Amino acid sequence: MVYITGFGIISGMGCGAEETWATLQQGRPVIGKVSFLETALRHYPAVEVKKSNADLVRLASLPEDKIYSRTFLLGLIAAQQAMRMAGLNTAQGILGATTIGGMDLNERYYKRIMEEGDKALRRQLASSFECADCTEQIANHFDIRTHVTTMSTACSSSANAIMTATRMIRNGLADSVLAGGMDALSRFSINGFNSLEILSPTGCRPFDQQRNGVTIGEGAAFLVLESEKAATGKKIYGEIIGYANHSEAFHQTASSPDGAGAIMTMRHALKTANLQPEDIDYINAHGTGTQINDLSEGNAIGTVFGNKIPPVSSTKAYTGHTLAAAGAVEAVLSLLSIKEQTLLPNLGLENVMEELPFLPYSDMRCEICDKQPSQIELNHILSNSFGFGGANTTLIIKRV
Amino acid sequence: MTYINAIGLIAPQGTIEDGHFACVEPVYKELINPVQLRRMSRILKMGLGASSICVNNLSEAKIDAIIVGTGLACIVDLEKFLVSVLDENEQGLSPIPFINSSHNTVAAQIAMMHKITGYSNTYCHRGASFESALLDALMLLGEGEAQHVLVGGIDEYSQHYQLMINEERKMKDAVIGEGAAFFILEKERRENSFAELKGVHSFLMKDDDFNNNDAPLIKTEISSFLQKHALDMADIDLFVSGKNGNCITDGIYDILERDCFPHAETLYYKHLCGEYMTATGFALDMAARQLKGQKEKRALIYNHYNYINHSLILLQTP
Amino acid sequence: MTQEESKKQEELIDQLKAQIIEAVSLDDLTPADIDADAPLFVEGLGLDSIDAIELILLLDKKYGVKIEDPQQRKSALKSIRTMAELIAPPSPPEGGEVMSDSQI
Repeated sequence: MVYITGFGIISGMGCGAEETWATLQQGRPVIGKVSFLETALRHYPAVEVKKSNADLVRLASLPEDKIYSRTFLLGLIAAQQAMRMAGLNTAQGILGATTIGGMDLNERYYKRIMEEGDKALRRQLASSFECADCTEQIANHFDIRTHVTTMSTACSSSANAIMTATRMIRNGLADSVLAGGMDALSRFSINGFNSLEILSPTGCRPFDQQRNGVTIGEGAAFLVLESEKAATGKKIYGEIIGYANHSEAFHQTASSPDGAGAIMTMRHALKTANLQPEDIDYINAHGTGTQINDLSEGNAIGTVFGNKIPPVSSTKAYTGHTLAAAGAVEAVLSLLSIKEQTLLPNLGLENVMEELPFLPYSDMRCEICDKQPSQIELNHILSNSFGFGGANTTLIIKRV
Repeated sequence: MTYINAIGLIAPQGTIEDGHFACVEPVYKELINPVQLRRMSRILKMGLGASSICVNNLSEAKIDAIIVGTGLACIVDLEKFLVSVLDENEQGLSPIPFINSSHNTVAAQIAMMHKITGYSNTYCHRGASFESALLDALMLLGEGEAQHVLVGGIDEYSQHYQLMINEERKMKDAVIGEGAAFFILEKERRENSFAELKGVHSFLMKDDDFNNNDAPLIKTEISSFLQKHALDMADIDLFVSGKNGNCITDGIYDILERDCFPHAETLYYKHLCGEYMTATGFALDMAARQLKGQKEKRALIYNHYNYINHSLILLQTP
Repeated sequence: MTQEESKKQEELIDQLKAQIIEAVSLDDLTPADIDADAPLFVEGLGLDSIDAIELILLLDKKYGVKIEDPQQRKSALKSIRTMAELIAPPSPPEGGEVMSDSQI
């Protein structure tokens, strides 16, 4: 058994579980204009953590005379919350996830480092490009010496980190592992999605008929996962009981319309959890708000759950798409949902997609959506994360 | 038990070009569908090429998982897209370098090419990338979640990397290399098995830990790793040393060779493939080939990358 | 179309072919290998949705032609000839209007 004994989160919804839950309760999107990121695409909405890097450095209690990447700062803050909650100073492993590591630093200093050959700066920032950099700095912060590694599978990265950490504990390789993901907003990501013409000009609206793309968010989330032995006597927030990862092998950036990869992954996760589809009480969908993802995922959910589809929602209209952090961010939101026994609403819905075999769960203000039943018991939550290259991962979290 | 049953390697052959070791590359058109080749960056071609050689060498195995370790992954495309963002004022950018910059592109394309719809993962953690991939593969086979796992270590040379390394005193005098090494790991032993993969271990040391007095700590890591496999240092017949020519950090290899493995044969390899984050992929290829056909021999690969990521890979004759 | 116009269009088509070969990395092809009337996608040249984005970028960057509407894109990117016709629309049979600078 692999228990969650701590979790931490920082995103556009706030810093820490309390602020995040308060924003969720307000039921309004935090999508808006960027104020810290300098980009020519500032007219595109995004979800920014409303703190400057200097604020983040203070929040993390780091020395103020050094240069840090924003990605690392977000990651460390989430990891600190998780470790504090679990009452740990160190762990036996850390699995970090990021798509672009310290890209924010490269956007600022690349020309200076590469072309003008500012050697002092180059020495200091030499490796901020590398995905490993953020994880390794967090590992050093907590003096973690073994099982220090980073995975980068696009938007399913941190779901894979949580899955792999769970497997490591089940395999007896470690008793306590810090697992999660982090990505700061960057011109790189915003422009990347824009170049593919899947960046929403108006804000993402997962599962809506008029959805027009992704809204990028930034943030980080980490879980502390512990073996049964290590978690003895501790407060336990949940258990990772199911997981699976499949490659769809369909297309470099798109998922198949029928959701073949998602179907395989969700079914396999149910199998590892030893559950039937009807045992799932809520699905936290990947739901990015692109034409193809929502169609593909919607069809896959229909195929796997048939006529017993539990409440489904995407929380991307709250957090934005936090890329590598998304899986961990959504795992934390799922834990909060379990703790409060409250469903998470799908914002931004006006007309539900015609092809969707279910009505997404939304809040009271949405007239067409499924309402939270008065009697609800959230015991098992299924969370999907899908990445470029058909990298599909599903996690199942159990209330303990 | 886990066996290395096929290998596919694209590597330099000891010749230095422009100050670094460059891979001798196959004619990709013979391995990869030319339509697919069209948009591929070099690292993708190397990855698809080496994995195809590997898969072709054991065509009876139906690959059901793919795990890639790559320190810098698709950083060349990542830089290409970054430069276009910086230079073109964020307008009219080609999406291709962005698509190819996703670090799981190599694994994703291999999956597409060979229609592998099973497990897939990509580790990007400097000198622990390939080791993490190997460890994951061992877990996966142990869990029974896959039977034929394709696992690879890949990195390409880039000017960016060379510039960064030039500033690193612990890398001075090391010649940079590159390579792609893919392996099929299976639980069953085959007639042509190269070696049995016994275990993998990696550990992190702080950058400022480095003081040349770490030998006792590293020796302890090695002996406790061997103990887990009911072995001690005297049982090792082949010590695969990651010496790369840096006079500061090569010391530890000499110490281990002298103090721990005096009875063992020592094998060096970085004079052939150069230093790169997944050079242990090349080392595993070399050690596995060395063990093939021998009787009751054991090999230990010890490597450190920049004296931060340290790793151990244990092999024995099948 | 006058003789001069059709000569100009053929030149434009040859130029487009070379630019497309470069834009979508059809390294093994020469302009002569490509049929101006063959479909660009799936059959014919076998291009896909990512290539479509590259072609849209090409039209914008080299010819200042922007197409946002998905339906219009579909019809404009049918073949190299339809692309050429978008860049330099053939004049109507009789008289016709003079092409304005902004269309070139």
